[in-house]
Amino acid sequence: MNQDIYVIIEHLQGQVADISYITLAAARDLAQETGGKVLGVLLGQNAQELASTLAADSILYADHPALAEFTSDAYQKTVASLIGENEPRAVLFGNTSIGADVASVLSARLSLPLVSSCVKTSGGKLTSQICGGKIMAESELAETTTLITVIPGGYKPESGQSETAPEVILFDAPALDDLRVTLKGYIEPEAGDVDISKESILIAIGRGIQTEDNIELAEELAKFLGGTVCSSRPIVDQGWLPTSRLVGKSGQTVKPKLYLALGISGAPEHVEGMAESEVIVAVNMDPNAPIFDIATYGVEFDFFDLIDPLLEQVEEAKEG
Amino acid sequence: MAKIVAIVKMVPDLVEELEINEAGTGLDRDWLRLIINEFDNHAIEQAILLKERDAGEVTVIAPDAEGVEDMLFTTAAKGADRMIKLAGDLEEGANNHALARAFAEAAKPYQPDLILTGVQANDDLDGPVGPLVAEYLGMPYVGYISGVTIEGNKAIVRKEYPGGLIGEMEVTLPAVLGIQAGEEPPRYVAISKVRQMMKTAEIDEQEISELNPNGGVIAKRMYLPEAAKRAEMIEGDEEEIAAKLVAIFKKAGAL
Repeated sequence: MNQDIYVIIEHLQGQVADISYITLAAARDLAQETGGKVLGVLLGQNAQELASTLAADSILYADHPALAEFTSDAYQKTVASLIGENEPRAVLFGNTSIGADVASVLSARLSLPLVSSCVKTSGGKLTSQICGGKIMAESELAETTTLITVIPGGYKPESGQSETAPEVILFDAPALDDLRVTLKGYIEPEAGDVDISKESILIAIGRGIQTEDNIELAEELAKFLGGTVCSSRPIVDQGWLPTSRLVGKSGQTVKPKLYLALGISGAPEHVEGMAESEVIVAVNMDPNAPIFDIATYGVEFDFFDLIDPLLEQVEEAKEG
Repeated sequence: MAKIVAIVKMVPDLVEELEINEAGTGLDRDWLRLIINEFDNHAIEQAILLKERDAGEVTVIAPDAEGVEDMLFTTAAKGADRMIKLAGDLEEGANNHALARAFAEAAKPYQPDLILTGVQANDDLDGPVGPLVAEYLGMPYVGYISGVTIEGNKAIVRKEYPGGLIGEMEVTLPAVLGIQAGEEPPRYVAISKVRQMMKTAEIDEQEISELNPNGGVIAKRMYLPEAAKRAEMIEGDEEEIAAKLVAIFKKAGAL
């Protein structure tokens, strides 16, 4: 085993995902402890140019038609053979629709330990965030190659970007025949609804809103504030708002002037989509809700007791 | 006729206050209130929808935990055909590698065409359970799924990517899918129907032969996060809070 840290680079439709830059920054932190290099692992077809912005010592690149777009089977096979040949100290993935499909399968296939939802890797300590951000868990690199999935929050994407293109080293993908998973095509998000990533004032609702009827209250507030209603995952999964209003992982990343979070606990999957908002106001009854750790202003109060006086005063201010 | 297995686990209810055990290495399970993993609930819904659409049978497998029988009877009331409770030394919980081995062993005899499970759970520390089960059974895995259609020996699935993008994938069956959301929200069933199931349906209890946690990380320390920065808290009664919020909205340019 060597001391190098590998990062599986994620890209979709010709663009490197932010999580890969974040993961490169986490890898750099880890490599400082192990004394190894940071190597990006890029899989694709005619995708070598995607390496140019990656802050890595070098990029290992495999070019193959079956790797043109992500599929779990082809990625698993390719990364498995690479790990088997090179035995790096650790392999980092984004804890995403791409990375999570690969990391766990390889843990079982190669009998390698897996640490998931890692937010920080400083000082050789792997700090994971679980239970919706309410619990931190600390672990260490194992004696063998350790697989790690990374979530946003600990590192900025900019720290994993570079202006000088790293050296690219080609490697051969293994035989990629008889793949059991293939991509038929992409379905673009439905156009027509508002683009919440362009709105400057967002009223976000979460599980705390309790029933579909209560969304009206948020709509009314949004009308007075000139904003738009968006939400965390449970609201969209209930079918109360369209997917176009989803903020966070698998939804939109937003940076409005004002983000008013009503009944949102602040699980990492949501926070990664709104943490960069200019002013965050959070209303939640749970004093331990992680949203209060990233909000500018916090209100520990029952939203349903607050909403009537708030609507009244906002309306007055608007008219005055 | 598709044979579908749904793999389900109970997880900490995050609405409750969580505490760390005395050793400082795990959750204090004495006071933990458990609920069904919400993504597993979507997996159950997707399984029932497929059964209703294409005919088939649904088997639900869950490890023993507080409240697991109520949960299993609820799935029976929704339309599951068979419920299996995995029993073993689970008081201190088990990591997903151990659970996945047990799930794989329990699912195998049913020769499922499709295994559905939640794409993740809030207490995953060693990756989600679905891809592990897939690999232990030698099946392909695709996660972050929000739509499934069975066509012969393939499943056509909708895989979610950031920004609302969907990848339409073709997966050879048998396969394991990590469900992000069912095509419909989890259905509601009346308590009376669940009670009826408690009288008529049976839960098959199966002993886990071995809980093997290899491959899962061992946490050296668990703790509640200490916030580096915390929100400026706004105090007062509802009128006072409303007034302060109006001032903040004005400053932010919303009024």
